[in-house]
Amino acid sequence: MEFAGSVFTLAITAIFVQNYVLARFLGLCPYVGVSKKLDSALGMGMAVIFVMTLASTITWLIHYYILVPDYVYLRTITFILTIAALVQFVEMVIQKIAPALYKALGVYLPLITTNCAVLGVSILNIDEKFTFIGSIFNGLFAGVGFTLVLVLMAGMRERLEEADVPESMRGMPLAFVIAGIMALAFLGFSGFKL
Amino acid sequence: MLKEFTKGIVKENPVFIMALGLCPTLAVTTSIENAIGMGGAATFVLLMSNVFISLLKNLIPSQVRIPAYIVVIASFVTIVDMVMHAYIPALHKSLGLFIPLIVVNCIILGRAEAFANKNNVGKSIMDGLGMGVGFTLALVLIAAIRELLGNGTLYGAPVMWESYRNSPMLMAILAPGAFVTMGLLMGLLNILNKKKS
Repeated sequence: MEFAGSVFTLAITAIFVQNYVLARFLGLCPYVGVSKKLDSALGMGMAVIFVMTLASTITWLIHYYILVPDYVYLRTITFILTIAALVQFVEMVIQKIAPALYKALGVYLPLITTNCAVLGVSILNIDEKFTFIGSIFNGLFAGVGFTLVLVLMAGMRERLEEADVPESMRGMPLAFVIAGIMALAFLGFSGFKL
Repeated sequence: MLKEFTKGIVKENPVFIMALGLCPTLAVTTSIENAIGMGGAATFVLLMSNVFISLLKNLIPSQVRIPAYIVVIASFVTIVDMVMHAYIPALHKSLGLFIPLIVVNCIILGRAEAFANKNNVGKSIMDGLGMGVGFTLALVLIAAIRELLGNGTLYGAPVMWESYRNSPMLMAILAPGAFVTMGLLMGLLNILNKKKS
């Protein structure tokens, strides 16, 4: 029961209270770049959940079994190379065993290497001293939180396509203002004490 | 030569025109001090990676160029991280996670791919410096607005009247303020650009 409780706390924190996009400012490039259409937002979100969970698992193992105690200063360089290799590997595996999934996620996978949320989660797992299981769940829920706000944003932007907006605010500027309003809503969760 | 430097400041400003490097732009602009720290760190990495990549451009096979660039960039980020940790620990602490994340700042990889691997060292230095200065100025502009509204100060010095400083518009330095400031600034720039042309 205690385990389930701590997982639940982790989920609420990563998805709502400390949302990786709206509260921690991670992964903003795909957040404004891939949120024009609902289905591409969903595809990107799924790919991010998948890679984030895997990356959290592998970087945790690398940090505690290879880098500690002598090579901790190599963390940044090791993590980013691991993530780049991982993304490449996942792309090849999915292409071989699940061509349908590859077709849906394919174009988003290469973009994930430079998604700072993935590297951010990996580093935060270490900085906040999560356990191995905790890191895996944190990666998973960070991805879910990212997908949630990405899909919400895409839904709003699809509707705004038809709205009569001043020309200079169209596109990016409006996307940021909406993101601000959304962040305001998510700020309401920060009152939660867990 | 001078053109390579000035283009990064206004015409191809990495933040406002190309919308690159958004995460640090919004995350660290809670005060001008943080903005300058982040801008300086990113400029150093940008300059050094441009220099090294333009020198190594004939040695790196084009199939593995992206991983090679990432290694070069990550090495300089590690240097910045360690130097800041040793000499300016307070700033290092308030920038926190965003120092290692300079590695995935798309401005740096973008300049390596789009400029440094096609041009000589001199031009790459000017390009790196110009982009770095443009990035820093953008950060300082956003930070100035947010610090003034959210804290009533500029670079730590009190600017607004006292009763404002006692109950400032707190939202400006919280997360929503960053997004709204950025959106409105981009809209304003669009208006200015349209008037010019």
